[in-house]
Amino acid sequence: MPAPSSDYDPVEVTPLSAEEVEAATAAALAAVAAAADLGALKAARIAHTGDTSPLALANREIGALPPAARADAGKRVGAARGRVRAALEARTVELEVERDAAVLATETVDVTLPGDRRPRGARHPLTTLTERIAAVFTAMGWDVADGPEVEAEWFNFDALNFGIDHPARQMQDTFFVEPPGSGLVLRTHTSPVQARALLERGVPLYIAVPGRTFRTDELDATHTPVFHQVEGLAVDEGLTMAHLRGALDHFATALLGPGVVTRLRPSFFPFTEPSAELDVRCFVCAAPTGVVDPACRTCGGTGWVEWGGCGMVNPNVLRACGVDPDTYSGFAFGMGIERALMFRHGVADMRDMVEGDVRFSTQFGMEV
Amino acid sequence: MRVPVEWLREHVDVPADASGEDVAAALVRVGLEEEALHGGDVAGPLVVGRVLAFVEEPQKNGRTIRWCSVDVGKDGPGAAADGPAERGRGIVCGARNFSEGDLVVVVLPGAVLPGGFAIASRRTYGHVSDGMICSAAELGVGGDDGGIVVLSEWGLDASPGDDAVALLGIGEPTVEVNVTPDRGYALSVRGVAREYAHGARLAVADHYRDPVTATEPPASDAGPGGHPVSLAEDDGIEGVPGCDRFVARVVRGVDPQAQTPWWVRRRLVAAGMRPISLAVDVTNYVMLLLGQPLHAYDLAALDGEITVRRAAAGERLTTLDGVDRALHAQDLLITDGDAGRRVIGLAGVMGGRSTEVGPDTRDVLVEAAHFDPVSVARTARRHKLPSEASRRFERGVDPLLGPAAADLVARLLAEHGGGRPDEAVTDVGRPALPVPVELDPELPTRLTGVALPQARVVELLCEVGCTPDGSVGPGDDTRAAGAVLLVRPPSWRPDLVQAADLVEEVARLAGYDEIPSVLPAAPPGRGLDPARRQRATVGRALAEAGLVEVLSYPFVAPGRHDEMGLDADDPRRLAARLANPLSDEQPELRTSVLATLVDVLRRNVSRGATDVGLFEVGRVTRPVPGAAPAGRPGVARRPGDDELAALDAAVPPQPWRVAAVLSGPRDPRGWWGAGRAVEATDAVELGRVVAAACGVELGVAADDHAPWHPGRCAVLTLGAAGDAVVAGHAGELHPRAVEALGLPPRTCALELELDVLLAASPGPVRARPVVTFPVATQDVALVVPDAVPAGEVLATLREGAGDLLEGVRLFDVWTGDPVPAGHRSLAFALRLRAPDRTLTSAEATAARDAAVALAGRRHDAAVRGEDGDPRG
Repeated sequence: MPAPSSDYDPVEVTPLSAEEVEAATAAALAAVAAAADLGALKAARIAHTGDTSPLALANREIGALPPAARADAGKRVGAARGRVRAALEARTVELEVERDAAVLATETVDVTLPGDRRPRGARHPLTTLTERIAAVFTAMGWDVADGPEVEAEWFNFDALNFGIDHPARQMQDTFFVEPPGSGLVLRTHTSPVQARALLERGVPLYIAVPGRTFRTDELDATHTPVFHQVEGLAVDEGLTMAHLRGALDHFATALLGPGVVTRLRPSFFPFTEPSAELDVRCFVCAAPTGVVDPACRTCGGTGWVEWGGCGMVNPNVLRACGVDPDTYSGFAFGMGIERALMFRHGVADMRDMVEGDVRFSTQFGMEV
Repeated sequence: MRVPVEWLREHVDVPADASGEDVAAALVRVGLEEEALHGGDVAGPLVVGRVLAFVEEPQKNGRTIRWCSVDVGKDGPGAAADGPAERGRGIVCGARNFSEGDLVVVVLPGAVLPGGFAIASRRTYGHVSDGMICSAAELGVGGDDGGIVVLSEWGLDASPGDDAVALLGIGEPTVEVNVTPDRGYALSVRGVAREYAHGARLAVADHYRDPVTATEPPASDAGPGGHPVSLAEDDGIEGVPGCDRFVARVVRGVDPQAQTPWWVRRRLVAAGMRPISLAVDVTNYVMLLLGQPLHAYDLAALDGEITVRRAAAGERLTTLDGVDRALHAQDLLITDGDAGRRVIGLAGVMGGRSTEVGPDTRDVLVEAAHFDPVSVARTARRHKLPSEASRRFERGVDPLLGPAAADLVARLLAEHGGGRPDEAVTDVGRPALPVPVELDPELPTRLTGVALPQARVVELLCEVGCTPDGSVGPGDDTRAAGAVLLVRPPSWRPDLVQAADLVEEVARLAGYDEIPSVLPAAPPGRGLDPARRQRATVGRALAEAGLVEVLSYPFVAPGRHDEMGLDADDPRRLAARLANPLSDEQPELRTSVLATLVDVLRRNVSRGATDVGLFEVGRVTRPVPGAAPAGRPGVARRPGDDELAALDAAVPPQPWRVAAVLSGPRDPRGWWGAGRAVEATDAVELGRVVAAACGVELGVAADDHAPWHPGRCAVLTLGAAGDAVVAGHAGELHPRAVEALGLPPRTCALELELDVLLAASPGPVRARPVVTFPVATQDVALVVPDAVPAGEVLATLREGAGDLLEGVRLFDVWTGDPVPAGHRSLAFALRLRAPDRTLTSAEATAARDAAVALAGRRHDAAVRGEDGDPRG
């Protein structure tokens, strides 16, 4: 807002009549509106608001008016100048937006060009699934433990109540480490960590043990000599098969989804008594359709797929690990992680998990 | 174990409308897992037919077929009634073992034979054959001997048109179940029938018919005339004698030509065994029925008394399979002759050739003995000779079965072979019976989480054949509630030795479905251990860096060490070796992850991948030379600390490692420009990525270490120079190794020991305050001899610039004019900042000059151009 002229000038230079002021204002507004670019607008600004413009001159004359007329004329001229200034500002914004848009249009790039300067890698789904399993158990308050893959026979068999001549020991298809009598095997299951954890950590004990295991199976669509299990072991006062079922149901639901249906079926393992197999409703026929397909190759027409073994820890195992079976009871289970990957992601052929073709892992990305 | 359902029905009440699936489901419920269903898939019409007439017609292919007219009863002549007789169907038959007038089995068009073989009228050998005359193999009831079934030979009489499915009992399937090693008794129809009763929730007393009580066992005293048998003194294995009962029965005058009855053959075939001769078939049949392994000797070939004893040094035996075997001192033998000098069988495993029942055998001695499971298991394993007999003995045979089994064999030989069993029966030895087990009647409830009152516990134990408190049966309430039960297991359950075993019996009979689901509340845990977190973080970091994780088998060939160019004395050549590897070519366990990872790279390249980055986080096995073997402490109590320490020492160290391989372009070609081939520094940088994920910083120095290129290999270390620890190596692989391993040229690789990185992980980071005074930047280019590593110059600048240096970065390397030959120009950007003031340009320059001066003294470095432009 320019200050009113402080110089008293008695000479009336420009008419201050309402009509004249209105005409000058209209001319100024028309010039602003007609300006097509910022250059034209600048010329209009100089012509209609510059020092020699009619409105500037009129403003200067207000001081020359008799005091009685000053207020009236001042209000009239001030309002006129205000309208012109507002119009100038508005038009400036408009023209600047137009100019910027034109500049940005020249800077257009093709945003659909691929930006894959460093293609993504991927983790193996067995690893990420194992991590997810560990997360399920740590969320339950369980610890996650580990043990060696080349293992003492004592931990793999003896401590787990496998008698040296028991047929179950022969059924494990064990890799033996040379020389004969080394007392070492490739662990046939993650269960030796049960004994290790009981000996090292004592009771109460709640652990999960995901890890790599070995049996002398030839590689085919449903078998691999190197595979992964997750072992669970809980030893505490008052644990029952109901707790076993509860833990397994929670685990199965967390991993396979809320619709999963499981069953326990009597079985035999030297290190558990009573023992059971955990079956999952066939994910190919029975679970999705509600009907068992007699020709289903996944479940063999039974409607159930075996996931792993479980049971109440055999008192002999507790004794071998220095735990009093009269005070403590416990349950244990061992589930195949490859099988879980098959259930969960529809992997039909185990060889895909084994061969390391980047196309297999890449479809899973970083997380499963 | 395969059990034909029609056989099962003889011993347990299977509902008439029960399918094979229903039977299998009942067995699964109590722990006999279904393996498969066989047979039972014959869909009629399958009828009895009488061959009215046939003409033989030689064919161009050399065969002679018979063009037959067959009377099939009410079905009458078929569509093509143009056979050689006026009545009957015209049927072409390739077999010639029948005569006119014989009754045969005819399958008519529309029928489906086992295996989904559908029958239709068809034109063959110039005739329309309106059905087929069946062989035993085609019906699924016998071996493939080429001949067709003549019913009179099978001892069957019927009329044309009768339903042959019902006549032959082939309308029902055979259930194959997987018998767990604790349930030896379920390797018999007797045992499976009992389990079926449990699974179908049928009371044993009302619905189960034990075949053993159905046969009348003879008196167990050896009567006069019984074949002499003696059990030699035997300390046994761990105090258990090898043979604790030997029953023998002689049957004389068996007709060597006698046929095995067709229903025995049918059941043998359905159970998966091959019919051989009457004597052999009958012993197999009784074994399948009762679970008692039996052996038939040619009495004429026996030399006097039979002695059961352990082998002596140097003894040999040729077994039934024709293999001459050297015997081991622990082998339990059946012998005869003076003082048992001739070996005639491996007890419980396999008989010998010399006393085998042959085509001329008339007098048979039947053995039904009970042998120690451990002794049989060891012999079978030692001679790699698993047999039907050893499988049963290993798992436990009912020691009371002998007399009944031998008697049943004798009766079958009498009935079907015209034999005359001797009255006298040999029965020596005193078998051990299962020992009573104490059971707290509340234990089943405590272990299963299902309310199982004492009365129910007792009832279920009685169902499986146990006798709680001696003679007290179910419903008896004279026992004090809560008092410990003394439970005697039945003779066929040697596996029931402790209270938990009885709990399983109670639980599985009550049904595992009864068990509720209760989530246990664990005490608070410690979360994931640092090593597991480290592996996850490293895996994520490498995947983010563009690599794909794989999991390779840890098996390697010894030649891999040579391919990798390891020195003769390289410690990585010391590998653990498998006694029974999957492949004889790959008996060793890897000592580096790279050793197996390279195979995966090669596989990917062979499948068309061009830019491959792979990594694996896994273990290697590094045996300790001279480590003692792992011991086997007892299991009755916790091993001593010294025993545990010895076990630990015997297990070889298996550190966790990460390895990576890179081949092809590291940065791909794209619309942005050319790609960049992978080079040694990319592998080193991946090492830094891994280290950063572990919260540590690696030292990098040139090294010469197989399998890397001697001029392009970095050793990655932790800790200050002087006492630095080697964490691994990175760089480009040696061209010879690349060639030997079949890898793409210029493949780069990294291998780091994660355990070393984890051990070096610092504690929590101590945070420095963020200084807000402005930064002063100074660039400098130094000309240094080629031999000076850039990493050292960088370290020197860092040291020389002092505390004001915030960071320094190498931003260019220049060789060639105007830099003198044998030198290169390294350009660095220094960032300087003071914590308490704005630096003056004089201060910044002074810091830079100090750094440059130190580099000049230490590396013979000269400043090139004050403006820092290396090309200026």
